[in-house]
Amino acid sequence: MRRLAAIVALAILATLPLWVSGTYYVNIASQVLFYAIFALGVNVLAGHAGLVTLGHAGLFGIAAYAAAKIMNAGYGHLSVATGALVVTLMAAGIFAVLALRGTGLGFVMITVALGQIVWGVAYRWISLTNGDNGITITGRPSPLGLSLTTPTRFYWATLIVFVVAVVSMAIFVASPFGASVRGTRDQPRRMNALGYHVWMIRFLAFLFSAFWSGVAGLLYLYYNQFVSPQAVALTASAEALLMVIAGGSATLLGPIAGAGLVVVMKNVASAYIERWNFVLGAIFVAIVVFMAEGLVPGVARLARRARGR
Amino acid sequence: MSLWAVLAVNSITLGGLLFLLSAGFSLIFGLMKIPNLTHGSFFMLGAYFATSLIARGFNFWAAALVGGLLVAAFGGIIERLILRRLAGAELAQVLVTLGLSFMIADVCLMVWTGDPIRIDTPAGLRGATSLLGMGFPTYRLAISLIAVIFAAGLWALLDRTRLGAMIRAGVDDPAMARVVGIRVSRLFTVVFCLGAWLAGFAGVIGGPILSVYPGLDQEMLPLALVVVILGGSGSLLGSLVGSLIVGFLYNFGQAMFPELAYVVLFLPMLIVLVVRPQGLFGRQAL
Amino acid sequence: MTALGVRGLEKRFGGLRVTAEVSLSVEPGERRLIIGPNGAGKTTLFNLITGELRPDGGSVTLFDRDITGVASRRRTHLGIARTYQIITLFQGETLLRNITLSLLGLSPLRWNPFVRLAKRDGLVAQARATLARVGLDDLADRPLAQTSYGERRRAEIAMALAQNPKVLLLDEPFAGLSIEERRDVLRLVNEIPRNVTIVMIEHDMDVALDFAERITVLHFGKVVVEGTRGEVVAHPRTKEIYLGE
Repeated sequence: MRRLAAIVALAILATLPLWVSGTYYVNIASQVLFYAIFALGVNVLAGHAGLVTLGHAGLFGIAAYAAAKIMNAGYGHLSVATGALVVTLMAAGIFAVLALRGTGLGFVMITVALGQIVWGVAYRWISLTNGDNGITITGRPSPLGLSLTTPTRFYWATLIVFVVAVVSMAIFVASPFGASVRGTRDQPRRMNALGYHVWMIRFLAFLFSAFWSGVAGLLYLYYNQFVSPQAVALTASAEALLMVIAGGSATLLGPIAGAGLVVVMKNVASAYIERWNFVLGAIFVAIVVFMAEGLVPGVARLARRARGR
Repeated sequence: MSLWAVLAVNSITLGGLLFLLSAGFSLIFGLMKIPNLTHGSFFMLGAYFATSLIARGFNFWAAALVGGLLVAAFGGIIERLILRRLAGAELAQVLVTLGLSFMIADVCLMVWTGDPIRIDTPAGLRGATSLLGMGFPTYRLAISLIAVIFAAGLWALLDRTRLGAMIRAGVDDPAMARVVGIRVSRLFTVVFCLGAWLAGFAGVIGGPILSVYPGLDQEMLPLALVVVILGGSGSLLGSLVGSLIVGFLYNFGQAMFPELAYVVLFLPMLIVLVVRPQGLFGRQAL
Repeated sequence: MTALGVRGLEKRFGGLRVTAEVSLSVEPGERRLIIGPNGAGKTTLFNLITGELRPDGGSVTLFDRDITGVASRRRTHLGIARTYQIITLFQGETLLRNITLSLLGLSPLRWNPFVRLAKRDGLVAQARATLARVGLDDLADRPLAQTSYGERRRAEIAMALAQNPKVLLLDEPFAGLSIEERRDVLRLVNEIPRNVTIVMIEHDMDVALDFAERITVLHFGKVVVEGTRGEVVAHPRTKEIYLGE
């Protein structure tokens, strides 16, 4: 049954450019897809490992900036992607070692500090990052000779990457390692007593999470042809966490739905009101105060209550 | 020689401001276990309030005190209406402070617009004073003095008063504190308001040096975080030493490697976390 | 060869000497009971043996091998398993998944991010078999949240048994159980074969006496009485400690 639903969903997504009116919506869809990849990455840490992070935009941004620099140095797209992801994973390794010195709230605090330092570097180290002006790139990859410059082509390429990401997540979740990660979230002391290497499990989960955040950062760069310190601001990390919280962290669909929600809201809100940050903050406060388990499960709970069950 | 002296004074000044900012953060984190992500906003809000108060004719110091009080009141409302509802769910509390910081930033943008606002150095503290045969900006010396006075005052509060004893007990062992009869929830409100007042006050007196602008909150928050990571949470001495370290690193770093100011901050944080994760003077690891 | 040896073990919390020069030797296959009033340091002793706490002095040996410096997760691989006084099972999972996690802890499979855990038939079968040992196999697919307290206590023991330990540490396995349930758990424990050395903490003497061959009595972190069941029961200090409460 679930297999069927997934196939139907995939069919809908694959044919989206055909039944949607205008490239504006195709572009929104592309954004939803790569932010969903980001949200899935964040969920590995925040949802499955129980380690809430508010600095992941730092890794997303490091991938984008690294890719931009490598590309502007004249390298081909394969080098760009590989190089960017390698740099991201190295940074993630350092971040993980530092952040894992704390647990729970200490971990959050250190990720905030790390994310802000990345932002500070992006903002101030002008000779490296061009500061507030950001870095522009030209061109998207042409895998197998097919250019991705049109919104539709880019959307399909993003969709393929998205499907790979979702499949990798599904495999991870069902795997023994995935079970280990969730175990360290629920009973870290017990896991240690059962023979598991809790720190190493968390470290590896961090790297896996960083990998997909980096992939999302790459797609972001190709989509926008541009990266600036905005991409690594605390608001960006908060939005990523919001996607996970809004959609619920327990399922694969949760972060994806959350990403859809946040991206659409952000685009709609920005069209009518200039105060997206205020709305973002208010939503955070509202969800945390009223629906701790996430928007999707929370709404489901309220609906059940309304039906009188 | 005089360049180093100027940098040193600027560092001590920044350190003093950071101390006022991070002492509150450290107490709130140590006692309530909440990394208060609204703390940078409190700093900025205090400064913004002061600009409006000064425009209405308040003198600088009155604006500083009242600005601090307004921020403290605001903090108190947040603590009682929202944070207390989430008592025990510390992660939720952190996320709420994050959400609030975004809301406050946007409201400030609406009310005070996006242009940086200068706060004039208070009369009587303008110009330079001669000390040890060199001239130093009087106002910066004043800030350092104020920070020292507050450090002494806070130390006296914590060490000599009943309130201070309750705070220390709460930081060391909250469960025990409750058992012994300390009204922990009231203590939380008091400490949160105190921390907010300090941040707001710091924002005002920092005004002549930093000005007020959108994004000030985002720049100050990580500095406070690094101070607490370096110095240890819940420790006044840790905040003081950490603030001075960060003040020096940031200023000297900025003077010598202007683009690497944040990288310079990162390295000691890295060292402390790896070698001594509870910070220089902290009790428990983060 | 002693299965489990502890010599001169010391642990202080602040100024409090929670474990004071504790020494004991447990023979292979022995059934040892550690009793003492609340606060005597029994669970701390277990934590020192499993390595969750580092001692301030003294040593721990497992089959004559010094494991004092060995990390606690490694001690599990060397053959120590324990249950907890407060149930620390995985709340959101089924009983079967709980035991599977225990089995995985010693298997290199735990690092594998590719295969499907639910399809590892060998592992799953082993988990069901372990549940059968404690009489819970018909509840294997029940979520933990829907089991009774007595069933969870038995699941705790299954978690430890799943790892085929050489030394099994049971921390107050009868706590909170009805008389019926205690009899069931006692029968379960008595059925464990002699190639497993068992050390049990209990603070209710009546239930555990049936189990014990040798008893160590702890008081204020010190060993005050030790010997066979008969010797300890008859010892005047034992009566003093328990009646003087």
